[in-house]
Amino acid sequence: MDKTVNQKAWFLVLPVFLVVAFSAVLPLMTVVNYSMQDTFGNNQFFWNGVGWFKELLDPSTDLGGRFLASLGRNLFFSLVILAIEVPLGIVVALSMPRDGWTVAACLVTLALPLLIPWNVVGTIWQIFGRPDIGLLGYTLNAIGIDYNYVSNAVDAWITVIVMDVWHWTSLVALLCYAGLKSIPEAYYQAAQIDGASRWAVFKAIQLPKMNRVLLIAVLLRFMDSFMIYTEPFVVTGGGPGNSTTFVSIELVKIALGQFDLGKAAALSLVYNLIILIVCWIFYTVMTNAGSERKPQEGAA
Amino acid sequence: MHSIPGRRLIMGLFLIFLLLPIYWLVNMSFKTNAEIVSTMTLWPHTPTLQHYKRIFTDESWYSGYINSLEYVILNTIISISVALPAAYAFSRYRFLGDKHLFFWLLSNRMAPAAVYALPFFNLYSAIGLFDTPWAVALAHCIFNVPLAVWILEGFVSGVPREIDETAFLDGYSFPRFFIRILVPLIASGIGVAAFFCFMFSWVELLLARTLTSVQTKPIAAIMTRTVSAAGMDWGLLAAAGVLTIIPGALVIWFVRNYIARGFALGRV
Repeated sequence: MDKTVNQKAWFLVLPVFLVVAFSAVLPLMTVVNYSMQDTFGNNQFFWNGVGWFKELLDPSTDLGGRFLASLGRNLFFSLVILAIEVPLGIVVALSMPRDGWTVAACLVTLALPLLIPWNVVGTIWQIFGRPDIGLLGYTLNAIGIDYNYVSNAVDAWITVIVMDVWHWTSLVALLCYAGLKSIPEAYYQAAQIDGASRWAVFKAIQLPKMNRVLLIAVLLRFMDSFMIYTEPFVVTGGGPGNSTTFVSIELVKIALGQFDLGKAAALSLVYNLIILIVCWIFYTVMTNAGSERKPQEGAA
Repeated sequence: MHSIPGRRLIMGLFLIFLLLPIYWLVNMSFKTNAEIVSTMTLWPHTPTLQHYKRIFTDESWYSGYINSLEYVILNTIISISVALPAAYAFSRYRFLGDKHLFFWLLSNRMAPAAVYALPFFNLYSAIGLFDTPWAVALAHCIFNVPLAVWILEGFVSGVPREIDETAFLDGYSFPRFFIRILVPLIASGIGVAAFFCFMFSWVELLLARTLTSVQTKPIAAIMTRTVSAAGMDWGLLAAAGVLTIIPGALVIWFVRNYIARGFALGRV
């Protein structure tokens, strides 16, 4: 179905444009303005040009060191959770019951963590992992594993990662399940006639059909984990030391904690630029996948 | 759909993994603080409703829920009503800059909230909206409006174009066609989009906390008050947490068949 060209459609888009422009463009301009200045409080601002940006990208300065370290931690975190959540999500989606009331029960339970306010997710794990009152922390210590996410950086990392797996694996699983549901039964019958093994069915039928949703899942998870703030902040507060301080946490520390507006604004812009680039790749890949799909569907 | 061997076991284990931390929170919310701190019990031995009672009778507590619901509902209404016409336009027409506009919208869905916290604070203070539900509702539009446009666009594209053409031939004006014919046809899509707006506004804390101070503090921010000089009031914290899970758990039932489609931004 080809779309018709109609410039009047702009009138329909105008409300969205205005609302989003009001809450996106105006604040972004403020950020750009701040990023070029220095402040000593009392609303006094001094021109600083690209000074903050230079400092930001130079690891030897305080600001640059903190930014690059948190960026590294954040990238590592994103990669680890992707490596766990994507395979686990696929396995869970393949384990969904076929029919009956259990399907609805599983879907609702899977979606439950997604609907919990993020700081409550943090609170749940903060409590769950505590060695004195939390089931997990208490059990681990009882069987002789010295586990304390408040003082041990490795334990803090494990807690934050397990929490994210708990929180978001369901998203990957639900998306894969939707992809799997769109496979016609005839495909499986054909595979059975050909005597295909379980693994062959997965590789030749299920995986290709999940391509699109998996792409969405990976990119959504990458971007959301790259901006993670609330959950690790509640659990570890970025500690012990700086070991779980991700980019957003560092940014809020500088902006609202130290009120260093110039530095925070420069950091914001670079941070936003990284997200924008990833987002552009996402969009291009998605729209290309969409246009490639059509001739295939026509052939089938 | 064909599944893998041992699927019942895998599913069972995963569901237990999901439910165990939630169970622990519920369990704690029914315990007295003395029991929480002194012993490790798998279920409340001296069950109490004192924490829930406190939340429902103390205005500074239950007003938090009302404040949260207020801006969440406001945001959902704004998001859906501006997104509907736009979704129709993106689905049916090609116009100058449509692809760029769509990308720009998507990029806002992905913008880190931390970047906007401070400028929003300045902006809404300047126009006198700070500490009102409107500030949070408008701020949350930055990620909910793009999301609603994406989801609704998918549903509008599912409506055959012949229906539009027939309606216009029958003499329907555009607004009348929109409200009388299109909206009822994509009612389930509107429900799904509303659910997702509700959800993302409900779970977000950073912006909601930054843009409110006294009058409209969201429940999530009030929860942090349980830390006091006398130590942590764990039972109260747990009870407040349980109460924030309930609205989501209730609405999820109605959209269970559309959850995945919504998360895929209407693109499955």
